[in-house]
Amino acid sequence: MTLKIGVPSKGRLMDKTFDWFGTRGLIMRRAGTEREYSGAVDGIEGVDLVLLSAGEIPRELAAGRIHLGVTGSDLIRDKLADWPSQVAELARLGFGHADLIIAVPMAWIDVDTLDDLDAAAAAFRATHGHRLRIATKYHRLVRDFLTEQGIADYQLVDSQGATEGTVKNLTAEAIADITSTGETLRANHLKILSDGLVHSSEATLYAARHAEWLVAERQALERIASCLGLEVPVGL
Amino acid sequence: MTAPRATERAEAERLFTAFLDAGAEPVETDILQPADILLDLYGEDIRARAYVTQDPLRGEMMLRPDFTVPVVQMHMAQNREPARYAYRGEVFRKQDTPTEARASEYLQVGFELFARQNPVEADAEVFALFARLLAPLDLRPVTGDLGIILAAIRGLKTSDRRKAALTRHVWRPRRFRALLDRFSGRTPLPEARARLLDRLASDSPEALIDAAGPFVGLRAPEEVAARARALIEDADTPPISATEAGILDDLLSLEGSAPVALSHLRDITVDLPAIGPAVDRFADRLVALERQGVATGSLPFEASHGRTTLEYYDGFVFSFLADLPGWPPVASGGRYDALTSVLGQGREIPAVGGVIRPALVAALKGGKP
Repeated sequence: MTLKIGVPSKGRLMDKTFDWFGTRGLIMRRAGTEREYSGAVDGIEGVDLVLLSAGEIPRELAAGRIHLGVTGSDLIRDKLADWPSQVAELARLGFGHADLIIAVPMAWIDVDTLDDLDAAAAAFRATHGHRLRIATKYHRLVRDFLTEQGIADYQLVDSQGATEGTVKNLTAEAIADITSTGETLRANHLKILSDGLVHSSEATLYAARHAEWLVAERQALERIASCLGLEVPVGL
Repeated sequence: MTAPRATERAEAERLFTAFLDAGAEPVETDILQPADILLDLYGEDIRARAYVTQDPLRGEMMLRPDFTVPVVQMHMAQNREPARYAYRGEVFRKQDTPTEARASEYLQVGFELFARQNPVEADAEVFALFARLLAPLDLRPVTGDLGIILAAIRGLKTSDRRKAALTRHVWRPRRFRALLDRFSGRTPLPEARARLLDRLASDSPEALIDAAGPFVGLRAPEEVAARARALIEDADTPPISATEAGILDDLLSLEGSAPVALSHLRDITVDLPAIGPAVDRFADRLVALERQGVATGSLPFEASHGRTTLEYYDGFVFSFLADLPGWPPVASGGRYDALTSVLGQGREIPAVGGVIRPALVAALKGGKP
């Protein structure tokens, strides 16, 4: 059997992943044409490259259909319940940085912190008869963060894209979304809460705890680990 | 360590029959409950815990996460008092961390008492009934009384706005702590707040809002301006005194047997007379419990018990614990007067009740699964 490693199938994330492994002696490349989603790893035996959407890699890791996977730490934490019991973090790759933040309209001069947001939510609910809506696609991460912070009187509404526009469109009062430069936020007249950083995401290499780790896969993992200069995590 | 289904069901029937023998009338509720009312009551906490599904005609529905809400709604619709209800059936709760005792589908057997007269008698009746039924299991009971904490907040010498903020977060200890620290001057004003107050000293909120950028969203400029004015008012409010904040800390951390707690509460009443009536009620409840055959001399009391459950208990609260690692309470309950007024749209009916988890009872009885 071979060890399967899943990496993002397109864009900068794929290129940077290939670079990261490449400079460490593991040459990844696409097989066949630009459009074919399969790949190969040169320089190491017993390893298969699987190209996947970054959003599906957490699920594939959890199911044990791939042994290793590269994806954003935000996606792992959001999509997997009790993620440390399902995957082990092997290495942070130093790219794909993005912050999941909470933002509100710039014109809310009275709101700068979560404490303010909470108080504004209480008044909003009393005035409008429904909870203050926060648009996001990161439900678990945002809910866990706000619960831990003790914020009340809000509700999450699902937004799978163009989340910054939901406030202007009156489908949400605030948003929780990924930002790297903040330009889209400013263009949509939103500002980040000063203590509203939910998670600092980074492309990360994970190992699947529930994948089949027989002798062949384990040996392949050890070869990869020594090539990358990583420790093999305990309990795998 | 969970009992087989049949054992769980048999235990549920036994407990249910015992509740009927105690004068309850049997009630049933739907397993599929409309999601909106539960979401409005409990917010995202319930969305994280309940199974939400979609009905083609009725919209978002939830697999019953507990019985209290539908039973209160049923009672409100028929308007007969006093009333005692018993129910048993499945409840469903998502579990993020798998432990055997925290099942995602299990039976609950419950008893609810709606009565306008003699709330302490009602509290005592429910607790004594649960204590009697659970006596053979040798569980550790814990009691509390959120009414005392709520009365203490009402009695603080500070603005109504601050009292309302503290009351709202009684069930979120961390935010409550942060608010109390700020209102009592133990933590400084956040820097951005200080800057805003500076600017509000020379400009109107409206001028600052205009200067901040184009207005987007449903929260109107008037709402922003109103809160800005509230912040100015709050900045002029003197801090809650160190003495009062200290009393509140003392109260929140109070733990001991009921008589020890009572004497401590009497001492606190000297400095915070506002809790007097709530402490009297606590004392009366102990007398009522004794009359019901509960030995209160060693009954554990924890003032903060019930502060981390779903926010609907607002008076007497209790749990029966097996003290096994990873186990939820075998039984729990309390008074939830405010919930009935929310669900009754203005009409309210004092209510107290509780639930038992028969699977845990059966597991304890069997010794081993």
